[in-house]
Amino acid sequence: MTATTADAPPPDLRLPKRRGVELSLLVCAVLISVYGYVEVGLAKGGAVPPDAARYGAGLGVLALLAHLAVRYRAPYADPLFLPIAVLLNGLGLALIYRLDLETPNNAAAPTQLIWSTLGVALFIGVVIFLRDHRILQRYAYLSVVAALVLMLLPILFPAVNGAKIWIRIGGLSFQPGEFAKILLAVFFAAYLAANHNALAYTGRRIWKLQLPTGRVLGPIVAIWLLSVGVLVLERDLGTSLLFFGLFVIMLYVATGRTGWIAVGLLLAAAGAVAVSSLEPHVHSRVEDWLNPFATIDAGEGPGQLAQSLFAFAAGGTLGAGMGLGHSILIGFAAKSDFILATAGEELGLAGLTAVFLLYALMVARGYRAGLSLRDLFGRLLAIGLASILALQVFVIAGGVMGLIPLTGMAMPFLAQGGSSVVTNWVIVALLIRVSDSARAPQPEPVEPGIVAPVLEGER
Amino acid sequence: MIRYIRRAAVLCLLLLAALLVNAARVQVFEARSLNNNPANRRLIIDRYDEPRGDILAGGGAVTSSNDTGEQLRYERSYTQGPLYAPVTGYASQTYGTTLLENAEDSILSGASLLLTRIPYWNNLSRTQQPGGNVVTTIKPSMQQAAFSGLNNRRGAVAAIEPSTGKILALVSSPSYDPGLLSGTGKQVADAWSRLNGSSVQPMLNRAIRQTYPPGSAFKIVTAAAALEAGVVTDVEAPTGTPDPYVLPGTSTTLPNEATGCGNASLAYAIQWSCNTVMAHLGVRIGMQGMLDTVERFGFNDPGLRIPSGVVPSNFDTRMTVDQLALSSIGQFDTSATPLQMAMVSAAVANGGDIRHPYLVDRVTTSGGDTVSRHSRKSYHRAMTPSTAQQLKQLMIDVVEEGTGAKAAIDGAQVGGKTGTAQHGMGNAGTPYAWFISWAQADHAARPAVAVAVVVEEASAERGEISGGGSAAPIARAVMEAALRH
Repeated sequence: MTATTADAPPPDLRLPKRRGVELSLLVCAVLISVYGYVEVGLAKGGAVPPDAARYGAGLGVLALLAHLAVRYRAPYADPLFLPIAVLLNGLGLALIYRLDLETPNNAAAPTQLIWSTLGVALFIGVVIFLRDHRILQRYAYLSVVAALVLMLLPILFPAVNGAKIWIRIGGLSFQPGEFAKILLAVFFAAYLAANHNALAYTGRRIWKLQLPTGRVLGPIVAIWLLSVGVLVLERDLGTSLLFFGLFVIMLYVATGRTGWIAVGLLLAAAGAVAVSSLEPHVHSRVEDWLNPFATIDAGEGPGQLAQSLFAFAAGGTLGAGMGLGHSILIGFAAKSDFILATAGEELGLAGLTAVFLLYALMVARGYRAGLSLRDLFGRLLAIGLASILALQVFVIAGGVMGLIPLTGMAMPFLAQGGSSVVTNWVIVALLIRVSDSARAPQPEPVEPGIVAPVLEGER
Repeated sequence: MIRYIRRAAVLCLLLLAALLVNAARVQVFEARSLNNNPANRRLIIDRYDEPRGDILAGGGAVTSSNDTGEQLRYERSYTQGPLYAPVTGYASQTYGTTLLENAEDSILSGASLLLTRIPYWNNLSRTQQPGGNVVTTIKPSMQQAAFSGLNNRRGAVAAIEPSTGKILALVSSPSYDPGLLSGTGKQVADAWSRLNGSSVQPMLNRAIRQTYPPGSAFKIVTAAAALEAGVVTDVEAPTGTPDPYVLPGTSTTLPNEATGCGNASLAYAIQWSCNTVMAHLGVRIGMQGMLDTVERFGFNDPGLRIPSGVVPSNFDTRMTVDQLALSSIGQFDTSATPLQMAMVSAAVANGGDIRHPYLVDRVTTSGGDTVSRHSRKSYHRAMTPSTAQQLKQLMIDVVEEGTGAKAAIDGAQVGGKTGTAQHGMGNAGTPYAWFISWAQADHAARPAVAVAVVVEEASAERGEISGGGSAAPIARAVMEAALRH
């Protein structure tokens, strides 16, 4: 009677690889980017930019090489990461090129294209040479030391626009904090994967809060102090907020204790209040946020944040069209910190929604990979990387739109900035790697040692 | 752990959702107030992003727009800027707009809904309507004649076609090039402070924005009042005025520049400009009678627009009798714009009916299609046709036999009235020379033009002669240009 069921062939367990989907999405991403580029040329000069074909070919070749690397080294990877990254990067290039037209002496798009190429090269390198993400777990402590060194280095260099987050050697400027965030995510993932039982179940209990032992808690407090320390020394509110938020999220996921979130928020609030009242640079940004039009009332003309709000408002629902806005009024950071305002003005709420959805999709897919993975380190790493993207987008976009105080950070892939675009390509490479592990058909062999076999029970 | 990952994912997506909500707040709900914030330069950038429409005189554009490629892209330049400055005004990125550039700004900038075929289409398509053109009533040959006649002396000329109200010439001197104020650079600021600091006030539009004591030219108004009020019924009859005349209630005697004014008739008093007769008539007409008449001519009207605003000419509404006597000969607080005095002359020429003066004949799209035409309308009926007829003859006599001989033109009937206004403390200032007139070609059905000329600092010693000497030749040149076609 149940013969039909019994005799049925075993279901095909092979997951679809979806590489064809990735390739067709990539073609779309490149075409949309080139269309944006051409549109800028038509709007500003009435003609297709002379190098549109070269630009399109360049972007296409980069996308194709990245795709080939994924196809042969991570065939089961999520097919959305790469097209989204290419689209955001291509859109960013078009926006920077568009702003370049208004600042003829300061062309940033060619440099950005070189950095993007370097980023894709690193992406390919990571996809090809990092065969298994768990190898990274072995370098947890090396990562955190490297991250610390990178973060502290800029203190030796002079401040740029009030923030000591750059290293300038010759004509090249470089923001080491960007790389540090990957290294920190690796460290957090490894540390929490190794200690998550100790964090969750040991230590003294004070009233309702279960405190871990000092030995386990120590490094966490150290990291918190470090994030505030980075902020004070380098006046980098954004990065410290990012690190702290990243850490709280990963700690929460690893331990499942809501108390950590409460403690984290309290500590963050205390730190933010202390710093904003003590540090004039940060204080002025909070003031700007509370009253973006104060400088207008004072007769000094609109400040950057006011200009940014004007740009978003000018875009309205449908946008002014590529090349037809006036976001250059924002001034010196229009191509980097404030690039989203150009997107908002020229693409409108419609375009901005699309951009945010692209980020959201990438974050969601990162979390999806984290859910599917069976090793704790990989899970936490995927979640950490996805959270970096989400937090960074929130912090910078919220800043330029007046939702939260402004912090100098780069919109992932969109903004001008070499270290940022390279770092983000590496993040995508790591996400591709973990998503490949998550979706690959054969069960992963459990690594002995660091990862405890509690996972089976939990799933 | 899955549960916590899900929650963390929800947290991250909530952050992104908050961004979307915030974007909608800024871009939709607060967009209007942000867009209209005066500190938002987009308004002014958009405004100068398209070439401005042109102002035309005599079929040719007297303005043009140059693409500078800068942020405030199109700058205004003016062909023969100083000549047309009292008509066009300036359109400056830095200092705004004046005169026609201001009054017709919505047409010139393309903002006017008159220019669009489908209302609000441009809001939807996010395109800007090209600026429309403003066709003025100015006749270049007359404008040029007036400008050359003044020859950089301080003064002004206003010329009107009496039967329509068309302003045919509007000149103020010395003038300036409005193009100097186009743009944003240091040069513009320098030009601005230089022009504003100049003692000769080149940016002052003396034709419509400056009032002068009209002196004896005002006697035409007093004469009209006397005839309208029935104080004089026969212009040739003696008026019983003593010479010298003691101002009522004072011991001040009013002198005459002319001779033979004792007990002179109105006709004689106009022809030779007797102060005593006209002051005496003013007193006999009385405050209310004078006020009725001057206001019908357009004095004390703060609302006159051509469409640039015209400052009101003044005749005090409360005066002692001696002040009324002085006011009746265009002194005391009486003051008039050159345009107002041209309207006085036009009223006489046009049978007592003043047509509303106007400077814009029609406005067109950038392609030249007329979208709106000035509808001619009456301004005031200043006096009865018979009064006008009598005054017309008196004015002809002034030119043919009296103080205005220098305005006579062969082949045309010309009427005029000279005036010299002393001013300053104790009349210490150099006088203003006035001449108001009209001209009608011998074969024509109606007068071609009414003109008022004022020259400041007329360098003559004796009053009447300077009105006839300095201002009348300018008026004649303008009238000749009007008669030539």
